[in-house]
Amino acid sequence: MDIRKTLKGLYALWFREFRVFTREKSRVFSSVALPLFWYFIFGSGVGSMTTNVADYQHFIFPGFLAMTIIFTGLFAGAYIVWDKKIDFLKEVLITPLSRTTVFFGKAMGSMTDALIQSYFLLLVGVLFLGVPFTASSIILSMVMLFVFATGLISLGLIIGSFMTSPEGYGLISSFVIYPIFLLSGALYPLDNLPGWMQILTRLDPATYAVDGLRAVILGKSTMAYLPNLMIVLGFDVAMMFVGTWAFKRMKL
Amino acid sequence: MESIKITELVKKYDKVTAVDGINLTIEEGEIFGLLGPNGAGKTTTLMMLSTLLKPTSGTAIVNGFNVVTHPDEVRASIGMVFQDPSSDTLLTGYENLKLHALMYNLPWKSIDKKIDSVLELVDLQKRKFDVVKKYSGGMRRRLEIARGLLHEPKIFFLDEPTLGLDPQTRQHIWEYIRALAKKIRMTIIVTTHYMEEAEKLCSRIGIVDHGKIVALDSPAYLIRSTGGDIVNIKGKNLNLKEIEKLPFVKGIKNVEGKYLISVENAGKNLQHLLGLAGDVEFVEVRSPDLNDVFLFYTGREMREAGEEVSFMQDAMRTS
Repeated sequence: MDIRKTLKGLYALWFREFRVFTREKSRVFSSVALPLFWYFIFGSGVGSMTTNVADYQHFIFPGFLAMTIIFTGLFAGAYIVWDKKIDFLKEVLITPLSRTTVFFGKAMGSMTDALIQSYFLLLVGVLFLGVPFTASSIILSMVMLFVFATGLISLGLIIGSFMTSPEGYGLISSFVIYPIFLLSGALYPLDNLPGWMQILTRLDPATYAVDGLRAVILGKSTMAYLPNLMIVLGFDVAMMFVGTWAFKRMKL
Repeated sequence: MESIKITELVKKYDKVTAVDGINLTIEEGEIFGLLGPNGAGKTTTLMMLSTLLKPTSGTAIVNGFNVVTHPDEVRASIGMVFQDPSSDTLLTGYENLKLHALMYNLPWKSIDKKIDSVLELVDLQKRKFDVVKKYSGGMRRRLEIARGLLHEPKIFFLDEPTLGLDPQTRQHIWEYIRALAKKIRMTIIVTTHYMEEAEKLCSRIGIVDHGKIVALDSPAYLIRSTGGDIVNIKGKNLNLKEIEKLPFVKGIKNVEGKYLISVENAGKNLQHLLGLAGDVEFVEVRSPDLNDVFLFYTGREMREAGEEVSFMQDAMRTS
């Protein structure tokens, strides 16, 4: 395999995703605004039942960082279904680039979207929301978000590669998005859950991302940062493996 | 040297056989037309030749490479304009072309120059930095033709390049293709269901129906192969058996209650034929064109054959 050819291909695919992202202003806006809506409305609402609203809002903040990743990840999948529909995917698949390159190029494009959004939200948290931060917790959070985005975007691309209609994708992806988000412990602590639900939350990769973020941001978590990171990394490897396979067998 | 060699190519879907044993050799530098109604198997054939679809059986060699065993080499040798627009409407014309150039690993330094030269070829320099969303249908098609040529492919596939465009734009597109074939030495394979266009442009034509090539030759030969003039005749209790025996009658086809009779030198022989025919209600004599060729080889009108399929597709979609 020619390395330069592959790199150029990756750059091309990344360039396209990024350019489209910057031209779709509504997408940029909604992906940042949505978690903030949740943070304020849901955070204040549920927080009002607790003794300290700010505490609860800080508690769910890591969950909303993960949420931007989950939603962009699944959007990456919607985008490939869209590419099939507008026939742009044909143009990509007919080039001499390998399917593996196409997979990673697409993933890199969506990674950029996901990271811009989640890092922006992180910045908002640091500057305006009074979430306690240190330099090292910011860096470790950024690492965790990067690692988590890799896995989630791969998952989105995998689902997208199997689907042909945007409507069908919308339906399937909501069955994936909501369980991943709601079971992750983004909104509530996982310590006192009934047994069956504990099992489900442990199967959710987002649980470890959220827990890892909490470990560095709030200093309170079920597991330490590093084991959480390792589990999410393991999820990444599995997803990239399945993803390249899924792209190789993808039909138009 | 042969550009493309197809042997017993078959593509089956669950119940439908889209391509049913095509054999075809296309020489380097030819402009080859695949002609047939919608759903005849033209696009499926192109998709297999461009490695986007795997054949069920049979082999296809493109530019010396087998499409199944060496798909990467095949893809590097070909350019393609798809039936449906496939450029990104949120990118500018220039960005679409640049993306393509990078994916084909063109040297960085050459890219801008090449983009300018293909844009000039299709007359789009002025719209270079406009977002494709603002292009008309014809402009978009031209951009995609330019894009397909950017990496200087040995073989250029055009799948219905004029479908859905108004007659004036259609004519322009064909002019571009013809000018192109003159300028750059490459093999062009074009599918169309516009007879007149294929007749003017192509050096050879394969008529495809129900996934098979039913006739293959130069347009002039195909037209001549119908036997001479076409006598279109309608009537009651026509004496067809006697007509068939006439030495100047080359063939009779029944098309929806009318009979198409191919006749040598109809001007001279028409009277004799009509004398024998019986109760004739309607007669028309004309020189055959590719429409008649299609009719003669398939027994159906091209337009109707196409509508049959699109009706079926509609029915399948709603069910």
